[in-house]
Amino acid sequence: MCLAVPVKITSIEGDQADVDIGGVSRRVSIALTPEAEVGNYVLLHTGYAINVLNEEEAQETLDLLERMVEAGEGE
Amino acid sequence: MRFIDEFRNAELVRRLADKIARVSTRPSRLMEFCGGHTVAIMRNGIRQLLPPTIEMLSGPGCPVCVTANSDIDEAIALAGLPDVIITTFGDMLKVPGSYSSLQKARAEGSDIRIVYSTQDALQVARDNPQQSIIFIGVGFETTAPTVAMAVVQAEKEDLRNFYVLCQLKTTPPAMRALLDLGEIKINGIICPGHVTTIIGTGPYQAYARDYGVACVVAGFEPVDILQAVEMLVQQIERGDPRVEIAYTRGVRPGGNLKALELMHNVFDTAGASWRGLGEIPCSGLKLKMKYARFDAGRAFDVVLPPAREAPGCRCGEVLRGVIAPTGCKLFRKACSPENPIGPCMVSSEGSCAAYYQYGESDG
Ligand code: SF4
Repeated sequence: MCLAVPVKITSIEGDQADVDIGGVSRRVSIALTPEAEVGNYVLLHTGYAINVLNEEEAQETLDLLERMVEAGEGE
Repeated sequence: MRFIDEFRNAELVRRLADKIARVSTRPSRLMEFCGGHTVAIMRNGIRQLLPPTIEMLSGPGCPVCVTANSDIDEAIALAGLPDVIITTFGDMLKVPGSYSSLQKARAEGSDIRIVYSTQDALQVARDNPQQSIIFIGVGFETTAPTVAMAVVQAEKEDLRNFYVLCQLKTTPPAMRALLDLGEIKINGIICPGHVTTIIGTGPYQAYARDYGVACVVAGFEPVDILQAVEMLVQQIERGDPRVEIAYTRGVRPGGNLKALELMHNVFDTAGASWRGLGEIPCSGLKLKMKYARFDAGRAFDVVLPPAREAPGCRCGEVLRGVIAPTGCKLFRKACSPENPIGPCMVSSEGSCAAYYQYGESDG
Protein backbone atom coordinates (compact mmCIF):
# COMPACT_ATOMS: atom_id res chain seq x y z
CA MET A 1 0.00 0.00 0.00
CA CYS A 2 3.01 2.26 0.45
CA LEU A 3 3.89 1.59 -3.16
CA ALA A 4 5.48 4.56 -4.92
CA VAL A 5 7.05 4.59 -8.36
CA PRO A 6 9.51 6.96 -10.04
CA VAL A 7 7.87 9.12 -12.73
CA LYS A 8 9.13 12.09 -14.68
CA ILE A 9 7.47 15.51 -14.53
CA THR A 10 6.75 16.89 -18.00
CA SER A 11 4.87 20.07 -17.06
CA ILE A 12 3.70 21.95 -13.99
CA GLU A 13 0.62 24.07 -13.37
CA GLY A 14 0.28 25.36 -9.81
CA ASP A 15 0.39 22.38 -7.48
CA GLN A 16 -0.54 19.97 -10.26
CA ALA A 17 1.91 18.33 -12.64
CA ASP A 18 1.74 16.09 -15.67
CA VAL A 19 3.95 13.06 -15.34
CA ASP A 20 4.95 10.38 -17.77
CA ILE A 21 4.09 6.86 -16.65
CA GLY A 22 5.42 4.41 -19.20
CA GLY A 23 4.48 6.70 -22.09
CA VAL A 24 1.09 7.64 -20.66
CA SER A 25 0.56 11.14 -19.31
CA ARG A 26 -1.17 11.58 -15.99
CA ARG A 27 -2.03 14.57 -13.82
CA VAL A 28 -0.81 14.33 -10.24
CA SER A 29 -0.53 16.57 -7.21
CA ILE A 30 2.85 18.04 -6.32
CA ALA A 31 1.48 19.86 -3.27
CA LEU A 32 3.72 17.70 -1.04
CA THR A 33 6.83 18.44 -3.13
CA PRO A 34 6.72 22.18 -3.87
CA GLU A 35 10.41 22.04 -4.85
CA ALA A 36 9.66 19.74 -7.83
CA GLU A 37 10.65 21.05 -11.26
CA VAL A 38 9.96 20.00 -14.82
CA GLY A 39 12.35 17.19 -15.73
CA ASN A 40 12.61 15.92 -12.14
CA TYR A 41 11.76 12.37 -11.27
CA VAL A 42 9.38 12.10 -8.34
CA LEU A 43 8.12 9.17 -6.29
CA LEU A 44 4.42 8.88 -7.07
CA HIS A 45 2.10 7.46 -4.41
CA THR A 46 -1.71 7.41 -4.89
CA GLY A 47 -1.72 10.44 -7.15
CA TYR A 48 0.73 12.51 -5.10
CA ALA A 49 4.43 13.09 -5.57
CA ILE A 50 5.87 12.33 -2.14
CA ASN A 51 9.51 13.12 -2.86
CA VAL A 52 11.82 14.37 -5.59
CA LEU A 53 14.25 11.58 -6.45
CA ASN A 54 17.86 12.52 -6.00
CA GLU A 55 19.58 11.55 -9.25
CA GLU A 56 23.08 12.17 -7.95
CA GLU A 57 22.46 9.92 -4.97
CA ALA A 58 21.15 7.21 -7.29
CA GLN A 59 24.34 7.32 -9.34
CA GLU A 60 26.52 7.43 -6.24
CA THR A 61 24.77 4.37 -4.84
CA LEU A 62 25.36 2.44 -8.05
CA ASP A 63 29.03 3.51 -8.18
CA LEU A 64 29.52 2.60 -4.53
CA LEU A 65 27.97 -0.83 -5.03
CA GLU A 66 30.16 -1.51 -8.07
CA ARG A 67 33.27 -0.63 -6.08
CA MET A 68 32.11 -2.62 -3.11
CA VAL A 69 31.40 -5.88 -4.92
CA GLU A 70 34.69 -5.53 -6.82
CA ALA A 71 36.76 -4.81 -3.72
CA GLY A 72 35.47 -7.94 -2.04
CA GLU A 73 36.15 -10.37 -4.83
CA GLY A 74 39.30 -12.46 -4.79
CA GLU A 75 39.62 -12.08 -1.02
CA MET B 1 12.96 2.77 -17.01
CA ARG B 2 15.05 5.32 -15.16
CA PHE B 3 15.75 4.50 -11.48
CA ILE B 4 14.25 1.05 -11.85
CA ASP B 5 16.25 -0.99 -14.35
CA GLU B 6 19.63 -0.09 -12.84
CA PHE B 7 18.42 -1.44 -9.51
CA ARG B 8 17.27 -4.70 -11.05
CA ASN B 9 20.65 -5.56 -12.55
CA ALA B 10 20.88 -9.35 -12.14
CA GLU B 11 24.68 -9.37 -12.22
CA LEU B 12 24.87 -6.81 -9.41
CA VAL B 13 22.29 -8.79 -7.43
CA ARG B 14 24.40 -11.95 -7.73
CA ARG B 15 27.60 -10.22 -6.71
CA LEU B 16 25.94 -8.51 -3.76
CA ALA B 17 24.60 -11.88 -2.61
CA ASP B 18 28.15 -13.33 -2.87
CA LYS B 19 29.48 -10.44 -0.85
CA ILE B 20 26.87 -10.98 1.87
CA ALA B 21 27.72 -14.69 2.04
CA ARG B 22 31.43 -13.81 2.49
CA VAL B 23 30.76 -11.29 5.25
CA SER B 24 28.04 -13.02 7.28
CA THR B 25 29.26 -15.30 10.07
CA ARG B 26 26.76 -14.71 12.89
CA PRO B 27 23.25 -16.14 12.83
CA SER B 28 21.09 -13.05 12.19
CA ARG B 29 17.38 -12.44 12.08
CA LEU B 30 16.25 -9.60 9.86
CA MET B 31 12.69 -8.34 9.75
CA GLU B 32 11.20 -6.30 6.95
CA PHE B 33 8.54 -3.92 8.09
CA CYS B 34 6.76 -3.12 4.87
CA GLY B 35 4.39 -5.20 2.78
CA GLY B 36 6.07 -3.84 -0.34
CA HIS B 37 9.36 -5.33 0.86
CA THR B 38 7.69 -8.65 1.64
CA VAL B 39 6.42 -8.86 -1.92
CA ALA B 40 9.74 -7.73 -3.43
CA ILE B 41 11.70 -10.26 -1.34
CA MET B 42 9.41 -13.13 -2.30
CA ARG B 43 9.02 -12.17 -5.94
CA ASN B 44 12.76 -11.87 -6.48
CA GLY B 45 13.59 -15.03 -4.54
CA ILE B 46 15.88 -13.04 -2.26
CA ARG B 47 15.65 -15.49 0.64
CA GLN B 48 17.15 -18.18 -1.55
CA LEU B 49 20.07 -15.90 -2.45
CA LEU B 50 21.07 -15.39 1.17
CA PRO B 51 23.41 -17.60 3.21
CA PRO B 52 21.96 -19.91 5.90
CA THR B 53 23.20 -17.54 8.62
CA ILE B 54 20.49 -15.04 7.66
CA GLU B 55 16.87 -15.59 8.52
CA MET B 56 14.30 -13.23 7.02
CA LEU B 57 11.02 -12.50 8.82
CA SER B 58 8.04 -10.42 7.76
CA GLY B 59 6.54 -7.96 10.22
CA PRO B 60 3.28 -6.02 10.50
CA GLY B 61 3.93 -3.95 7.39
CA CYS B 62 0.72 -4.34 5.43
CA PRO B 63 -1.73 -1.59 6.46
CA VAL B 64 -4.71 -3.57 5.24
CA CYS B 65 -3.64 -6.67 7.18
CA VAL B 66 -3.09 -4.87 10.48
CA THR B 67 -6.48 -3.14 10.32
CA ALA B 68 -8.50 -4.63 13.16
CA ASN B 69 -11.75 -6.42 12.36
CA SER B 70 -13.72 -3.88 14.39
CA ASP B 71 -12.40 -1.11 12.08
CA ILE B 72 -13.41 -3.02 8.97
CA ASP B 73 -16.80 -3.69 10.56
CA GLU B 74 -17.22 0.06 11.03
CA ALA B 75 -16.52 0.74 7.34
CA ILE B 76 -19.05 -1.92 6.34
CA ALA B 77 -21.64 -0.51 8.74
CA LEU B 78 -21.16 2.99 7.30
CA ALA B 79 -21.63 1.57 3.81
CA GLY B 80 -25.07 0.37 4.86
CA LEU B 81 -26.33 3.87 5.73
CA PRO B 82 -28.70 5.61 3.31
CA ASP B 83 -27.29 8.28 0.98
CA VAL B 84 -23.71 7.32 1.71
CA ILE B 85 -21.04 6.66 -0.91
CA ILE B 86 -17.95 4.88 0.38
CA THR B 87 -14.71 5.66 -1.42
CA THR B 88 -11.74 3.42 -0.76
CA PHE B 89 -8.45 2.19 -2.18
CA GLY B 90 -8.95 -1.12 -3.95
CA ASP B 91 -6.88 -3.08 -1.41
CA MET B 92 -9.60 -2.77 1.22
CA LEU B 93 -12.45 -4.15 -0.83
CA LYS B 94 -12.03 -7.87 -0.26
CA VAL B 95 -10.69 -7.75 3.27
CA PRO B 96 -12.97 -9.71 5.56
CA GLY B 97 -14.28 -8.09 8.71
CA SER B 98 -16.03 -10.11 11.36
CA TYR B 99 -19.02 -11.06 9.22
CA SER B 100 -18.72 -9.47 5.79
CA SER B 101 -16.45 -7.39 3.53
CA LEU B 102 -16.90 -4.15 1.61
CA GLN B 103 -17.09 -6.24 -1.53
CA LYS B 104 -20.01 -8.24 -0.15
CA ALA B 105 -21.68 -5.05 1.04
CA ARG B 106 -21.33 -3.68 -2.48
CA ALA B 107 -22.88 -6.83 -3.97
CA GLU B 108 -25.74 -6.32 -1.53
CA GLY B 109 -26.38 -2.84 -2.85
CA SER B 110 -24.11 -0.41 -0.99
CA ASP B 111 -22.52 2.31 -3.10
CA ILE B 112 -18.81 1.61 -2.74
CA ARG B 113 -16.34 3.12 -5.20
CA ILE B 114 -12.68 2.37 -5.64
CA VAL B 115 -10.51 5.45 -5.95
CA TYR B 116 -6.88 5.72 -6.89
CA SER B 117 -6.21 8.91 -4.94
CA THR B 118 -7.80 11.04 -2.21
CA GLN B 119 -8.16 13.61 -5.01
CA ASP B 120 -10.62 11.24 -6.69
CA ALA B 121 -12.58 10.90 -3.46
CA LEU B 122 -12.92 14.71 -3.31
CA GLN B 123 -14.17 14.66 -6.90
CA VAL B 124 -16.85 12.11 -6.01
CA ALA B 125 -17.94 14.50 -3.24
CA ARG B 126 -18.10 17.46 -5.64
CA ASP B 127 -20.07 15.40 -8.16
CA ASN B 128 -22.61 14.13 -5.62
CA PRO B 129 -23.57 17.07 -3.39
CA GLN B 130 -26.74 15.34 -2.16
CA GLN B 131 -24.86 12.40 -0.73
CA SER B 132 -22.31 11.88 2.01
CA ILE B 133 -18.96 10.69 0.74
CA ILE B 134 -16.83 8.76 3.20
CA PHE B 135 -13.22 7.99 2.39
CA ILE B 136 -11.84 4.93 4.19
CA GLY B 137 -8.53 6.30 5.43
CA VAL B 138 -6.37 3.23 5.89
CA GLY B 139 -2.59 3.40 5.55
CA PHE B 140 0.71 4.32 7.13
CA GLU B 141 2.67 7.57 7.05
CA THR B 142 3.17 7.32 3.29
CA THR B 143 -0.57 7.73 2.77
CA ALA B 144 -1.39 9.94 5.75
CA PRO B 145 -0.26 13.23 4.12
CA THR B 146 -2.49 12.56 1.12
CA VAL B 147 -5.46 12.14 3.47
CA ALA B 148 -4.46 15.31 5.33
CA MET B 149 -4.24 17.15 2.01
CA ALA B 150 -7.77 16.08 1.06
CA VAL B 151 -9.15 17.27 4.40
CA VAL B 152 -7.46 20.65 4.08
CA GLN B 153 -8.77 20.98 0.54
CA ALA B 154 -12.31 19.99 1.58
CA GLU B 155 -12.16 22.70 4.23
CA LYS B 156 -10.92 25.27 1.74
CA GLU B 157 -13.69 24.41 -0.74
CA ASP B 158 -16.23 24.13 2.08
CA LEU B 159 -17.18 20.64 0.89
CA ARG B 160 -19.80 19.74 3.46
CA ASN B 161 -20.44 16.19 2.28
CA PHE B 162 -16.89 14.84 2.53
CA TYR B 163 -15.82 12.65 5.46
CA VAL B 164 -12.88 10.48 6.39
CA LEU B 165 -13.04 7.32 8.43
CA CYS B 166 -9.59 7.90 9.86
CA GLN B 167 -7.87 4.58 10.54
CA LEU B 168 -4.34 5.71 9.70
CA LYS B 169 -1.48 4.17 11.64
CA THR B 170 2.10 5.10 12.38
CA THR B 171 4.83 2.50 12.18
CA PRO B 172 7.45 3.40 14.84
CA PRO B 173 5.17 2.69 17.84
CA ALA B 174 4.29 -0.70 16.33
CA MET B 175 7.96 -1.55 15.84
CA ARG B 176 8.60 -0.68 19.44
CA ALA B 177 5.61 -2.73 20.60
CA LEU B 178 6.94 -5.69 18.67
CA LEU B 179 10.44 -5.30 20.13
CA ASP B 180 8.97 -4.89 23.63
CA LEU B 181 7.02 -8.12 23.27
CA GLY B 182 10.33 -9.93 22.93
CA GLU B 183 8.69 -13.01 21.41
CA ILE B 184 11.40 -13.18 18.79
CA LYS B 185 14.91 -11.85 18.82
CA ILE B 186 15.47 -9.47 15.92
CA ASN B 187 19.00 -8.39 15.02
CA GLY B 188 18.18 -6.05 12.17
CA ILE B 189 15.24 -4.19 10.66
CA ILE B 190 14.82 -3.43 6.98
CA CYS B 191 13.07 -0.10 7.53
CA PRO B 192 10.18 0.84 5.23
CA GLY B 193 11.37 2.96 2.32
CA HIS B 194 8.38 5.14 1.60
CA VAL B 195 7.22 5.55 5.18
CA THR B 196 10.72 6.88 5.85
CA THR B 197 10.53 9.17 2.83
CA ILE B 198 7.88 10.99 4.86
CA ILE B 199 9.00 10.59 8.49
CA GLY B 200 12.79 10.48 8.12
CA THR B 201 15.10 8.28 10.16
CA GLY B 202 14.76 10.04 13.53
CA PRO B 203 12.23 7.61 15.04
CA TYR B 204 14.51 4.60 14.41
CA GLN B 205 17.42 5.93 16.48
CA ALA B 206 15.85 4.49 19.62
CA TYR B 207 15.80 0.95 18.18
CA ALA B 208 19.51 1.02 17.48
CA ARG B 209 20.34 2.73 20.78
CA ASP B 210 17.91 1.12 23.25
CA TYR B 211 17.32 -2.28 21.66
CA GLY B 212 20.64 -2.80 19.87
CA VAL B 213 18.88 -3.48 16.60
CA ALA B 214 20.56 -2.59 13.32
CA CYS B 215 18.33 -0.40 11.12
CA VAL B 216 18.72 0.23 7.39
CA VAL B 217 16.16 1.98 5.22
CA ALA B 218 15.70 0.14 1.92
CA GLY B 219 14.20 0.75 -1.49
CA PHE B 220 12.11 -1.80 -3.31
CA GLU B 221 14.20 -3.21 -6.14
CA PRO B 222 16.31 -6.35 -5.64
CA VAL B 223 19.59 -4.39 -5.61
CA ASP B 224 18.11 -2.04 -2.99
CA ILE B 225 17.14 -4.89 -0.72
CA LEU B 226 20.44 -6.73 -1.00
CA GLN B 227 22.31 -3.50 -0.40
CA ALA B 228 20.31 -3.01 2.79
CA VAL B 229 20.93 -6.61 3.88
CA GLU B 230 24.66 -6.13 3.26
CA MET B 231 24.70 -2.98 5.39
CA LEU B 232 22.73 -4.72 8.16
CA VAL B 233 25.09 -7.68 8.13
CA GLN B 234 28.10 -5.38 8.36
CA GLN B 235 26.59 -3.62 11.38
CA ILE B 236 25.73 -6.92 13.04
CA GLU B 237 29.18 -8.42 12.39
CA ARG B 238 30.85 -5.31 13.82
CA GLY B 239 28.46 -5.28 16.80
CA ASP B 240 27.66 -1.68 15.98
CA PRO B 241 23.90 -1.20 15.54
CA ARG B 242 22.97 2.14 14.02
CA VAL B 243 20.55 3.75 11.58
CA GLU B 244 21.61 3.97 7.94
CA ILE B 245 19.90 4.71 4.66
CA ALA B 246 20.51 2.44 1.67
CA TYR B 247 17.77 4.16 -0.33
CA THR B 248 19.44 7.59 -0.50
CA ARG B 249 17.81 8.51 -3.79
CA GLY B 250 14.35 8.34 -2.21
CA VAL B 251 14.89 9.15 1.46
CA ARG B 252 16.37 12.13 3.27
CA PRO B 253 17.25 11.78 6.96
CA GLY B 254 14.78 14.50 7.92
CA GLY B 255 11.93 13.13 5.79
CA ASN B 256 9.50 15.30 3.83
CA LEU B 257 9.09 18.44 5.94
CA LYS B 258 6.12 19.72 3.98
CA ALA B 259 4.26 16.44 4.48
CA LEU B 260 5.19 16.27 8.17
CA GLU B 261 3.97 19.81 8.75
CA LEU B 262 0.70 19.03 7.04
CA MET B 263 0.19 15.88 9.10
CA HIS B 264 1.01 17.80 12.24
CA ASN B 265 -1.62 20.43 11.40
CA VAL B 266 -4.38 17.96 10.59
CA PHE B 267 -3.86 14.97 12.91
CA ASP B 268 -3.38 14.21 16.56
CA THR B 269 -1.89 10.90 17.59
CA ALA B 270 -4.24 8.48 19.30
CA GLY B 271 -4.28 4.88 20.38
CA ALA B 272 -4.99 2.41 17.60
CA SER B 273 -5.86 -1.24 17.49
CA TRP B 274 -3.58 -3.49 15.42
CA ARG B 275 -4.38 -7.01 14.36
CA GLY B 276 -1.93 -9.26 16.16
CA LEU B 277 -0.52 -6.51 18.37
CA GLY B 278 -3.68 -5.19 20.01
CA GLU B 279 -4.09 -1.64 21.21
CA ILE B 280 -0.86 0.39 20.86
CA PRO B 281 -0.73 3.87 22.42
CA CYS B 282 -0.02 6.79 20.06
CA SER B 283 0.10 4.52 17.01
CA GLY B 284 -2.90 6.01 15.22
CA LEU B 285 -3.78 9.34 13.64
CA LYS B 286 -7.08 11.06 14.32
CA LEU B 287 -8.39 14.33 12.90
CA LYS B 288 -7.74 17.33 15.10
CA MET B 289 -10.74 19.03 16.70
CA LYS B 290 -10.67 21.85 14.15
CA TYR B 291 -11.34 19.26 11.42
CA ALA B 292 -13.83 17.25 13.50
CA ARG B 293 -16.66 17.89 11.06
CA PHE B 294 -14.89 15.73 8.48
CA ASP B 295 -14.59 12.83 10.91
CA ALA B 296 -16.94 10.05 9.80
CA GLY B 297 -16.57 8.40 13.20
CA ARG B 298 -18.20 11.46 14.80
CA ALA B 299 -20.67 12.37 12.08
CA PHE B 300 -22.36 8.99 11.76
CA ASP B 301 -23.68 6.69 14.41
CA VAL B 302 -23.44 3.04 13.62
CA VAL B 303 -23.98 0.04 15.83
CA LEU B 304 -21.22 -2.49 15.41
CA PRO B 305 -21.64 -6.22 15.84
CA PRO B 306 -19.26 -7.82 18.34
CA ALA B 307 -15.95 -8.29 16.52
CA ARG B 308 -14.66 -11.81 16.00
CA GLU B 309 -11.71 -13.43 14.28
CA ALA B 310 -11.92 -16.12 11.63
CA PRO B 311 -11.52 -19.46 13.43
CA GLY B 312 -8.15 -21.08 12.78
CA CYS B 313 -6.61 -18.02 11.09
CA ARG B 314 -3.19 -17.17 12.52
CA CYS B 315 -2.70 -13.78 10.85
CA GLY B 316 -1.88 -12.23 14.22
CA GLU B 317 1.13 -14.48 14.68
CA VAL B 318 2.13 -14.09 11.03
CA LEU B 319 2.10 -10.30 11.47
CA ARG B 320 4.31 -10.54 14.55
CA GLY B 321 6.78 -12.74 12.69
CA VAL B 322 6.21 -15.55 15.19
CA ILE B 323 5.18 -18.00 12.49
CA ALA B 324 5.68 -17.95 8.74
CA PRO B 325 2.49 -18.33 6.70
CA THR B 326 3.54 -21.93 6.05
CA GLY B 327 3.21 -22.45 9.80
CA CYS B 328 -0.57 -21.98 9.56
CA LYS B 329 -2.46 -25.25 9.11
CA LEU B 330 -4.93 -23.61 6.74
CA PHE B 331 -2.24 -22.22 4.38
CA ARG B 332 -2.69 -23.56 0.84
CA LYS B 333 -5.45 -25.84 2.15
CA ALA B 334 -8.62 -24.14 3.36
CA CYS B 335 -6.99 -20.74 2.76
CA SER B 336 -5.91 -19.47 -0.65
CA PRO B 337 -6.25 -16.18 -2.57
CA GLU B 338 -9.40 -17.55 -4.22
CA ASN B 339 -10.87 -18.48 -0.87
CA PRO B 340 -9.06 -16.31 1.69
CA ILE B 341 -9.74 -16.74 5.37
CA GLY B 342 -7.63 -13.94 6.79
CA PRO B 343 -6.51 -10.52 5.55
CA CYS B 344 -2.90 -11.68 5.12
CA MET B 345 -4.13 -13.87 2.27
CA VAL B 346 -6.41 -11.22 0.78
CA SER B 347 -4.13 -8.23 0.47
CA SER B 348 -1.64 -8.40 -2.36
CA GLU B 349 0.97 -7.24 0.18
CA GLY B 350 -0.04 -9.74 2.82
CA SER B 351 2.61 -12.26 3.82
CA CYS B 352 0.32 -15.24 3.23
CA ALA B 353 -0.58 -14.04 -0.28
CA ALA B 354 3.09 -13.34 -1.11
CA TYR B 355 4.16 -16.79 0.12
CA TYR B 356 1.31 -18.37 -1.79
CA GLN B 357 1.99 -16.60 -5.02
CA TYR B 358 5.76 -16.91 -5.02
CA GLY B 359 5.69 -20.41 -3.68
CA GLU B 360 7.88 -20.71 -0.64
CA SER B 361 7.48 -24.19 0.79
CA ASP B 362 10.12 -24.43 3.50
CA GLY B 363 8.92 -21.55 5.70
S1 SF4 C 1 -2.87 -18.83 5.70
FE1 SF4 C 1 -4.92 -17.91 5.77
S2 SF4 C 1 -5.81 -18.63 7.68
FE2 SF4 C 1 -3.59 -18.95 7.83
S3 SF4 C 1 -2.80 -17.08 8.78
FE3 SF4 C 1 -2.69 -16.76 6.56
S4 SF4 C 1 -4.62 -15.72 6.07
FE4 SF4 C 1 -4.91 -16.62 8.11
